[in-house]
Amino acid sequence: MVIKELETIKSEQAETPRIEMARRGFLLKLGFLLNGIAAVFVSVPVLGYVLSSFRTEGPFKSWIALGPLESFPENQTRLAKYRNPYTRPWDGPTADIPCWVRRMVGEKFQIFAINCTHLGCPVRWFQESHVFMCPCHGGAFYEDGSHASGPPPRGLYEYKYKIENGQLLVHGGQLPTLSQPV
Amino acid sequence: MIERLRDIALWIDDRVHISKLFAATAGHMVPRTSGSWFYVFGSGTLVCFMIQILTGICLALVYVPSADEAYRSLEYLNYQQQLGWFLRAMHNWGSNFMVAIMLAHMVQVFLFGAFKYPREMTWISGVVLLLCTLGMAFTGQVLRFDQDAYWGLGIGAAMAGRVPLMGPAIVHMMLGGPIIAGETLSRFFTLHVFVIPGTIIAIVSLHLRLVLTKGINDYPVPGKLVKKETYVAEYEAELKRDGVPFFPKAIGKDVIFSGLVLLGIVFCAAYFGPEGPRGIPDPTQINTAPKPDFFFLWLYGVLSLMPADLETVLMLTAPFIVIGILFAVPFISNTGEKSARRRPVAVLSVLFIFMALGVFNYQATFAPWSPKMDAWTSASIPVNYLEGRSPLERQGVLVFHSKQCINCHSIGGVGGLRGPALGNVATRLTGGQLVRQVIQGSGNMPAYGKNLNPSEVAALVAFMRTLHSPTESPVRDSAQPEQAAPEKTQANTLAQTERSHQ
Repeated sequence: MVIKELETIKSEQAETPRIEMARRGFLLKLGFLLNGIAAVFVSVPVLGYVLSSFRTEGPFKSWIALGPLESFPENQTRLAKYRNPYTRPWDGPTADIPCWVRRMVGEKFQIFAINCTHLGCPVRWFQESHVFMCPCHGGAFYEDGSHASGPPPRGLYEYKYKIENGQLLVHGGQLPTLSQPV
Repeated sequence: MIERLRDIALWIDDRVHISKLFAATAGHMVPRTSGSWFYVFGSGTLVCFMIQILTGICLALVYVPSADEAYRSLEYLNYQQQLGWFLRAMHNWGSNFMVAIMLAHMVQVFLFGAFKYPREMTWISGVVLLLCTLGMAFTGQVLRFDQDAYWGLGIGAAMAGRVPLMGPAIVHMMLGGPIIAGETLSRFFTLHVFVIPGTIIAIVSLHLRLVLTKGINDYPVPGKLVKKETYVAEYEAELKRDGVPFFPKAIGKDVIFSGLVLLGIVFCAAYFGPEGPRGIPDPTQINTAPKPDFFFLWLYGVLSLMPADLETVLMLTAPFIVIGILFAVPFISNTGEKSARRRPVAVLSVLFIFMALGVFNYQATFAPWSPKMDAWTSASIPVNYLEGRSPLERQGVLVFHSKQCINCHSIGGVGGLRGPALGNVATRLTGGQLVRQVIQGSGNMPAYGKNLNPSEVAALVAFMRTLHSPTESPVRDSAQPEQAAPEKTQANTLAQTERSHQ
């Protein structure tokens, strides 16, 4: 069917004068060219818009205050939370990020991400047995964040911290994963 | 008046050619044998998809795709919007029915050899539709923006984050930013409402067009082989000899099945009601144990039971291997026997796959690999395990609770299933072995040496040593036979525990 139709079109074309043919061919080529140029102008911003989130470098991470040092007693591990520094007005509660703050003696701290290194579930601290336990697949970590047992491939993700004016600051803003640990 | 309406109808038909289109599509000739109950699942899936579009449009009138508002708008749908709960329930049950009927359709065409020459592309477009439907199920679960959705995204990100080199970029692309937040939801909303449904509509059109151009699969007859040279001619001869127009001669069972499906969706929606949302998507509410929806339970099971050292490799390659095999099916077996009666490998493959899915789903329903995070405060071991125990042994019970041992270990059916049940542990481990296990841990158990003082270990092990049935005696240490007399007193056990601890 289709082939037959094509053949009729072809034979019709053969009857039209050659100069007319050349003109039609030229117009078609010009049309393609115009659309090609337009396609570049359309696709560059569209692709750039969509692909911009591929960027992993950016103003994502910064120092955020977790509270005065006194709110973290020595030799204890406490849940702290901060508002993610890179946020949108419609983020709601999702931009409140929890983390575990372990204060050792004096001004020595460890700040762990909430996410298990296995599949990202929220680990829980058990003060009584001094382990972090993950509710998903039972990964366990010791109080210093090192891997204790279960499927996680490494210890807990640890944030950088510093102390300024009696405040504990955490360097956060990025969901930690195995290839980008904090 | 009726004359008038008839004229208008005829005019419209003359200008837009509806009846010609109808005759060329719904009226196409099919083999009489294809008007079978086995052939109803394809149209059943399509009916589910239409229900999903209809209810989806209604839900989108109220739902707010914003991380801040989504949860509240779902609650509003459930409790304030008139019949909002019913539409949510229909959408949820529509998706359940769609996945189930689509799987039935897939099994049927597989067992009936419908993927063979010349219908390879029909199968391949069907596999794309399956992937799109699973994509809809996952993105839909995210739109129910609750705790499970939040941590489900976290699991997705953790898996994507294992990709070498590209990991961070893929995670950013998936989440639309550095964390799971507003842009993540917008992204999944766009996929669920525009991108994937658009793709499904396009591919369904192709799928149906292929059914028209290549014909519906003729009912397989054992011994009637598909040969590339003769198949098309034979099929056309059969259409001439024993063909009927799909409408109205072969469509009857499809129509009945569609009605049953629709009634099933309405009934389930009305009876079971909507699903969730469960807990606000606030990551600081960490007391949660995320679990996927029914469709992905098997995947949860697979992820949990994988050997840890193969995990990353399997996570990143297995999906492509499985999808690759699905695409390759029509080329692995392109011609030959169609009937399932002569294709034992095909039948066994289907049985094997569904048994595996069933086992993983069953396991994932109970999730024995997950510790019971609140067992240490909420569960208490049966009282007969406390009777007749000495004060030290009862102290051991307290240690067993307060040090969260019970979160992973059960006694008398109470407690977690992550670790072995300890109801008769005394028949497996000697006092010394118990002390070593508690202090050093091993396998999937952390070492508790730093976190239990010697008296706690002694109490715990003393209690463990009493855990055997009355008809069995505790296991003996053959290296120290004198300490392990079967009729030994409690004092002996303790002394032994103390000694082995030192």
